Amino acid sequence: MPGKKIKKVKIDGRRIACEKEETILQAAKKAGIEIPTLCHDDRLEPYGGCRLCIVEVKGVGRPLPACTTPVTNNMEVRTENDTIKRIRKNIISLLLSNHPNDCMRCEKTGDCALQDLAYRYDVDGSRFEGEKWDLPVREDNPFITYEPDKCILCGRCVRICNEVVMAGTIDLVGRGFNSMPDTAFRKPRSLDNCEFCGQCVSTCPTGALTDKKGRGKGRTYEMKKVRTTCSYCGTGCNFDLNVKNGKVVKVTSAYDAPVNYGNLCIKGRYGYDFIHNADRIKTPLIRKGDDSFHEATWDEALELIADKFSGLMKKYGNKTVGAFSSSRCTNEENFLISKFARTVFRNNNVDNCARV
Amino acid sequence: MAGLATSLGAGAATNSLAQMPDIDTLFLFGSNPTEAHPIVSLYLKKALRNGARLIVGDPRKTWMARRSDVWLNLRPGSNIALLNGLINVILKEGWENKEFIVKRTEGFEELKKKVKEYDLKKVEKLTGVPKEKIIEAAHLYSHADKAMIVYGLGVTEHRTGTENAMAIANLALVCGHLGRPSTGIMALRGQNNVQGASDLGPLPATFPGYQSVTNPEVREKFGKAWGVPMSPEIGLKSVEMLDRACEGKFKGIFILGEDPAQTDPNVHEVRKALDSLEFLVVQDIFHTETTKHAHVILPGASFAEKDGTFTNGERRVQRIRKAIEPIAGKAEWEVICELATRMGYSMNYRHPSEIMDEIASLTPVYGGISYKRLEKESLQWPCPTKDHPGTTTLYTDLFSRPGGLARFMALDHKGSGEVPDKEYPYVLITGRIREHYNNGSMTRRVKGIMELVPEELLEISKEDAKKLKIKDGSKVKVSSRRGNIKVKVKVTDRSQSGNVFLTFHFPEALSNLLTSGHKDPITGTPEYKSCAVKIEK
Repeated sequence: MPGKKIKKVKIDGRRIACEKEETILQAAKKAGIEIPTLCHDDRLEPYGGCRLCIVEVKGVGRPLPACTTPVTNNMEVRTENDTIKRIRKNIISLLLSNHPNDCMRCEKTGDCALQDLAYRYDVDGSRFEGEKWDLPVREDNPFITYEPDKCILCGRCVRICNEVVMAGTIDLVGRGFNSMPDTAFRKPRSLDNCEFCGQCVSTCPTGALTDKKGRGKGRTYEMKKVRTTCSYCGTGCNFDLNVKNGKVVKVTSAYDAPVNYGNLCIKGRYGYDFIHNADRIKTPLIRKGDDSFHEATWDEALELIADKFSGLMKKYGNKTVGAFSSSRCTNEENFLISKFARTVFRNNNVDNCARV
Repeated sequence: MAGLATSLGAGAATNSLAQMPDIDTLFLFGSNPTEAHPIVSLYLKKALRNGARLIVGDPRKTWMARRSDVWLNLRPGSNIALLNGLINVILKEGWENKEFIVKRTEGFEELKKKVKEYDLKKVEKLTGVPKEKIIEAAHLYSHADKAMIVYGLGVTEHRTGTENAMAIANLALVCGHLGRPSTGIMALRGQNNVQGASDLGPLPATFPGYQSVTNPEVREKFGKAWGVPMSPEIGLKSVEMLDRACEGKFKGIFILGEDPAQTDPNVHEVRKALDSLEFLVVQDIFHTETTKHAHVILPGASFAEKDGTFTNGERRVQRIRKAIEPIAGKAEWEVICELATRMGYSMNYRHPSEIMDEIASLTPVYGGISYKRLEKESLQWPCPTKDHPGTTTLYTDLFSRPGGLARFMALDHKGSGEVPDKEYPYVLITGRIREHYNNGSMTRRVKGIMELVPEELLEISKEDAKKLKIKDGSKVKVSSRRGNIKVKVKVTDRSQSGNVFLTFHFPEALSNLLTSGHKDPITGTPEYKSCAVKIEK
């Protein structure tokens, strides 16, 4: 297979061995060399839309986009020179010419690829003046806020919805200056046309698409991000719990997760607020009478349980007691319940709901 | 999972999710991943975009069934007949992998004799699937290079669930479609840690790591490590404990994070059993149907409040990390330790990582796993030693059975425990929808999800709706021999005529009041996927 051959490539003077049909962008990333891009997401097919990733390839008269150009043997690449820097500045200026520039109150500030690039290339929105979008914010559904004014038409949301999720909820609608990602007939998102997986939000490089429930809950740099594994189905997706002041306020994608690479479903991404729900059981409860319980301390409750189980074992024999564990609990807890039945109850009456 | 364990050696998926995009032929059986396992479905969709052929075995016209090359629209409960029929065609046409059968399996002659009884005429009658489709599916699957069978609870939640899984193993073995990357059998697990809960041995017949309680050497090992002698007697399954409770012979149960009073089938009986106990402790994060029966309720900690590990459906052990302090002050592992200590058996761990170290020392397949390694990598078991990289594909060389050979199992069609009749003419299938989860205690408390899916809906075909003179949104009474519920109707071509569908997410319309008490005799898995109901306006 021709694609399997190992190719030798030089990027910014560094030699890199590439396998398969890697692109310049992939080869650079592997070597830890960063090439700016706005329309690329590793989960998507290469697109070549934003042109920010253009690089100089020795022997080629014009800059080439790194995200769509496969490496060839003995290729020599420079990721930035004066011309490329100038072109990148121009591209960013053009994007900012139709951008609200309200970073101060934008939900995405601190986590925005456009903001970062404007900073890195020292560009503001004043260079090209012209018409600007002035469209209402769309919050016509429970999970996804859409601010069309902040869209840079990179097409990532549209592509993840169609390429990866294959839900077909959104596409680029309209033509020219008026084209933008939207649902068919610009209808509100509903279960009829959207899975609410938030994949579009997870790939949006700007503040155009944000998680509605997390808005206003804190800046990204204020959050403690805790990498964990989803507690719903058995797929084992990882994500980051975003914690501020001891509260889980948002879930964000973990793009390097071995199972899901940043992809999540409605439950994984938006199903977290049971954690702080007011109905959580907060103290041990001991039954008094038929329909009521009284609140107890841990000490009181555990002492009662120990007494009762010991009593039953004494009175009826140790085979009359047992434990159920759950596939909702951790490995460690399941192991301890196994151990508990065998060492405390001294029997094998222990089972889990793995079959339910 | 007992099915795959019997046939192949281990009750676990044979491959990794990441291998799925390279599949060239996908056989999806009794699984609706776009709803129940959305992220697995992304891998499968990628395979389809890469040109994979798709066979779907499912009585419901799911997202995948719509896009399949062959849809085997079988009658609920006829899985074994269909699989025997497929193998019958493969053997008759000479499409089997003879070399694989000779070198890596045993019991082939019995299987051959058995599937001969399943000629296509008979299979068509039992399953309702036209024979041309069976032949086409058999051809596609047997001629594939990288063929994967992905199955879900539509296979296991039948009274013949274990045998259904064995029948699937038979099919893969006949074609030699095991032991290579992107080629094998993936069982999709319903809950986050089904695999881990099975692996770590809260099971009446096995210690952690599937080590039998009847093996004296194993008992000695655990007895020595834990400092007390181990009982040689196989314990009771949960359903057996409940049955005995009803008879007054079982007295006390500690339930950790489970809700049998809503999620078990035939919940009337379960509730009676729970009420018969002298002492019931339930630990959970929310009040459930089960906590109503408890004498003591202990607060649980959610996954955000503790350290630990989960093992996913591809045997991958991954960390969960404490993001916030336990809302009620203690995590479950601490509670179990305290309780054991109070009852005279001292359990002391400073951190769950120490529990994992003990797991590794006693459980060979987890032998090389530690929190330190999990900081840098995620590992798929078997991972027997500290320098073992984990195992992405099982059985590349040998099956984990005596002699290293896989075993064919000759199986007969038995059908569902309860089939439709004049009085109860519809088959009720239960399952999940994407937005909700199990008993709903988590997702019904999620802002937004309840706006989208506030209530249970009975999915019914256009033909049946017309026959019953009901419309989208009509309220109907669904009854079985065990109970009835009132629910709104959703007319959809996802349901085929004769079959209706309910979830089990809503306590207000509890579908498990209807489901039957039939269960798999080997695992005790209830037959959630099929019972007879009638529908009235």
